[in-house]
Amino acid sequence: MKRRTFTSVVVGLSLAASMMGTTAIAQDNMRIALVVKALGIGFFEAAAEGAEEAAGELGNVEIIYTGPTDTTAEGQIEVINSLIAQGVDAIAISANDPDAVVPALKKAMDRGITVISWDSGVAEGGRQMHLNPSSTDLIGNTIIKLAADHMPDGGDVAILSASATATNQNAWIEAAEGFLPNYEGVNLVATVYGDDLSDKSYREAQGLMASHPNLKAIIAPTTVGILASCQAVTDAGKIGEINVTGLGLPSEMAGCVDSGATKSFAIWNPIDLGYSATMLAHAIASGAEAAPGAEIPMGRMGSVTLDDTNSAAMSDPFTYDSSNIDQFKSIF
Amino acid sequence: MTTSRNIPDRLRSPLEQSLKSWESLLFLVAIGIFIANSFASPYFLNAWNLSDATFNFTEKAMIAFAMALLIISGEIDLSVAAIIALASTAMGAAVQVGVGTPGLVMIGLSVGLLCGAVNGYLVTGLGLPSIVVTIGTMSLYRGISFIVLGDQAFRGYPPDFAFFGQGYVWWVVSFEIVLFALIAVIYAIILHMTNFGRAVYATGNNVTGALFSGIRVGRVKFILFLLTGLMSGVAAICLTSRLGSTRPSIALGWELEIVTMVVLGGVSILGGLGSIPGVVIAAFVMGLVTFGLGLLNVPGIVMSIVIGALLIAVIALPRLWSMWRTH
Repeated sequence: MKRRTFTSVVVGLSLAASMMGTTAIAQDNMRIALVVKALGIGFFEAAAEGAEEAAGELGNVEIIYTGPTDTTAEGQIEVINSLIAQGVDAIAISANDPDAVVPALKKAMDRGITVISWDSGVAEGGRQMHLNPSSTDLIGNTIIKLAADHMPDGGDVAILSASATATNQNAWIEAAEGFLPNYEGVNLVATVYGDDLSDKSYREAQGLMASHPNLKAIIAPTTVGILASCQAVTDAGKIGEINVTGLGLPSEMAGCVDSGATKSFAIWNPIDLGYSATMLAHAIASGAEAAPGAEIPMGRMGSVTLDDTNSAAMSDPFTYDSSNIDQFKSIF
Repeated sequence: MTTSRNIPDRLRSPLEQSLKSWESLLFLVAIGIFIANSFASPYFLNAWNLSDATFNFTEKAMIAFAMALLIISGEIDLSVAAIIALASTAMGAAVQVGVGTPGLVMIGLSVGLLCGAVNGYLVTGLGLPSIVVTIGTMSLYRGISFIVLGDQAFRGYPPDFAFFGQGYVWWVVSFEIVLFALIAVIYAIILHMTNFGRAVYATGNNVTGALFSGIRVGRVKFILFLLTGLMSGVAAICLTSRLGSTRPSIALGWELEIVTMVVLGGVSILGGLGSIPGVVIAAFVMGLVTFGLGLLNVPGIVMSIVIGALLIAVIALPRLWSMWRTH
């Protein structure tokens, strides 16, 4: 008897399946899905805000903001499958795993859906293009400029990085050193490593202040290092003498900006990122070709040129100071 | 039949029994969800979409069948998702030294069996409670995976390995759904048509009674742990093939979804009661609910709430019904 129930499920499902063809659905709007690593993360909520802004500018665009509950590849694949089923026009994804989502995204592309990745990229075979928030050169230049902007007469600066083997930070520092000659009077006197540990970074910052009495700025291209340096400078009573800058999160840096230990710092702006990803997805879904060397417009953010791997960098990191920190500190 | 019987074969007619069964109730729920989905989203009634939707549950259901037998026997295995992670990591490591698809399948199945054997030995050999043992091995197996991989991934699986998780046997019929159906039939036969199946029920209903009836209870349970490990190995092969890469966070949290599927299928968490067709329908119910809600772009956390509510509702309904009838 029980087996009969099982059989009828199978028969029922296959009957239902055989009666269906592909249902064509008339749609006026272009539907762009913004797939994030997980829902409920401030950074991505802000990106969704940017996507809505882009949709408003473009008109006739519907944003589907979605993602799994936790940051797993399996969760994102389920989301991608349901987006394929809905026949969305484009998927813009920040991937939890650059490889695991590739088969699902390939399937999406096979069914005519435009796929781009942003923020956290997808391996080349699984997307038409990838939008990096920024590039090594842009970040390298920005971190030096942030320090130089507040040193009209020049002076000594030091870098407090993450670990000596951190790929990202090393590339940024190397780029920064290359841009140094453009900023007259700015001397890089030391580069030290806090290993992205709060206490070690704090001690390294103290060491920098002790060994370089004329230090004007500490540049920390890491969110842990910049916060620890700000603390060290504050505790040493050197606010106003030494400016702490680099890459940080607005929510963590708000106190430092308020106290004046940090005049300005930078990080990519998630609103701009969501906006640009939506603009690019819309452009490619409307027929723009995503190929090496192609230039694709993205509204108020200008345009990007794709490199050999169909990747592009959005812009300079966004600068945060006392004028805008209150607006962003609640976002991420 | 040469002798006449005084005792009736059944207390109720087969038809009545089947209509009032848990499976029929669940089947009605499945039909209801299917119909509701067709009305809620214009994209639901599409052969390819329904085929895609089956991937939401096939791998979990493969383990759920073995888990159903284990729970019926009065034990549980919470390390299944961690076994997937370990088996997948072992296969990924083998790929790095150039092992081909047949070798990978063997490795996946062997690691699954080995993990199941460890669980089985700790529970039946040392007499430890299975819930404690498998919570421990859950951390152990996934921990090894994390030590091996850290934040890295194994990739580069051979192209023909992709068939298990991405291949289609015919039109929209995927390899996974065929394997799912095959495994369902095998487990239904094992549980409902063999002596071993009777022994599983007996063990779950009354361990002492079973022991005194000559059932080698320890051996039955050990075999069930082996089977659960083996099925986790099978699921690891399918999932790894579908993802094309291995990270230590693979299949994180699946153990609870699998137990949910088993309990929703009418298997008593106290043991001794349950059927494979029930688990099959429960797999479809969970797959249809998550896919239907996904089509409406309902956030994942709301889906978890719906699945939880569904579980409680389906289990509470018969109880409420009988309470209402007796009053």
